[in-house]
Amino acid sequence: MKHLLSAADLSHGEAVGVLDAAEEMAQATRERRIKKLPVLQGLTVVNLFFEDSTRTRISFETAAKRLSADVINFSPKGSSVSKGESLKDTVLTLGAIQTDAIVVRHPASGAPHRIAHSGWTGASVINAGDGTHQHPTQALLDAMTIRRHLMGPDPVGRDLSGLDIMIVGDVLHSRVARSGVALFTTLGAQVHLVAPATLLPVGVEQWNCTVSYNVDEALADYPPDALMMLRVQHERMSSAGGGFFPSPQEYTREYGLDSPRLERLAPHGIVLHPGPMNRGLEITSQAADGPRSTIVEQVANGVAIRMAVLYLTMSGLKE
Amino acid sequence: MNATEVLDAAGIGRALQRMAHQILEKNQGPDGLIIVGIPTRGVPLGVRLANTIGRIEPAWKPVSGQLDVTMYRDDLARRPTRALGQTVLPVGGIDGRVVLLVDDVLYSGRTIRAALDALAGLGRPRAVRLAVLVDRGHRELPIRADYVGKNLPTAAAERVRVRLSEVDGLDSVVIEGGRA
Repeated sequence: MKHLLSAADLSHGEAVGVLDAAEEMAQATRERRIKKLPVLQGLTVVNLFFEDSTRTRISFETAAKRLSADVINFSPKGSSVSKGESLKDTVLTLGAIQTDAIVVRHPASGAPHRIAHSGWTGASVINAGDGTHQHPTQALLDAMTIRRHLMGPDPVGRDLSGLDIMIVGDVLHSRVARSGVALFTTLGAQVHLVAPATLLPVGVEQWNCTVSYNVDEALADYPPDALMMLRVQHERMSSAGGGFFPSPQEYTREYGLDSPRLERLAPHGIVLHPGPMNRGLEITSQAADGPRSTIVEQVANGVAIRMAVLYLTMSGLKE
Repeated sequence: MNATEVLDAAGIGRALQRMAHQILEKNQGPDGLIIVGIPTRGVPLGVRLANTIGRIEPAWKPVSGQLDVTMYRDDLARRPTRALGQTVLPVGGIDGRVVLLVDDVLYSGRTIRAALDALAGLGRPRAVRLAVLVDRGHRELPIRADYVGKNLPTAAAERVRVRLSEVDGLDSVVIEGGRA
């Protein structure tokens, strides 16, 4: 695996392999005096973030540093991008300083693919979220979290077969949902999307999942083992709600995760949210901070997943 | 391909028995001893060695673990990406204990160098010793074993194959290849 551009590129075996490697990474940094492994010593990782991010950037930076790589953080503010430098020239510059991996977040869908396949760089490219397309490491960390909670005490080697995973909210703008649907179904789970019709993309009926418009009916029809609430992405809508739904209050009433809906989950059911949360909009604080919530754990697992992805893409013979 | 068996199941058993006695003699009993196998075949060998020592010293409760050294290897960039193995250490850690590393074949010494680095990240043992079933020579680093099941002079072109019933279904040590 040289690049990680889309969760849909991963075969079943590769996906389980990443999750297993992440378990080892988590174990290897938990109980040790020195939380650093020498795997990527002497290699350089650039975090190329054209979009704001807290947890993904910190998580990738932590992961690369735990593996002893040198990390360079790049944001367009304060760089030549604000003077109009193109993506190509930015990447060529990184190539000139001998970068071994580029972690890209970009508002344009497909930007990581372009960087990986245009011959601009020989570095490994890891997609950290591109537009409304893909966010594969998020899907992997969600799968890791779900597997840990629902697939027994020793999850190594297992997939997610037999589980029902429900994804609720702004599917239209969500790369998390797209990556999740691809990865969870590869791993053998059934995925159920629930969203207002205005927040579903064109062609969603072709996806490998069920689609419905009513949370309460869906909770009865497909009782989920894991319930993922998506963030309402204000910044991708024109104004509050942006015409996608009548009012935030109505969205909360129809699609928000509140205590009555939380109580309808099975006893083993867990709640996920990719963050950052709009508390009071798509999720109440009771649900976000309750015992079923795995939201903080998702962030911790994110570091392990990113260590595994950096290891699997960067170590090993380059062809 | 011509293959010569150099140890059979009974031979492996006798070698482990002798090594167990040597370990106890040198360590003046089993106190503070932690037996750590290196995957893949060092792990079952470590367990066997621990059990053998446990039979000689019934008061001692065998303490064993395993140490994956993949992330400490010096050839990561020269080979296809390796899958990671598991590291399992006994509760209480390795600080102040005597760690006995166990592997099947000692060859270049690079695996053991990686293991020493891996141990340094985990704690500070009082001492680290090395037990191997087969020492085939051709060291590339200044490393030697403290306890050896069998010294086996080999040519670099030959291949030493250790098979253990836990992994391979039978016990045997075979030299393959080289000149007939």
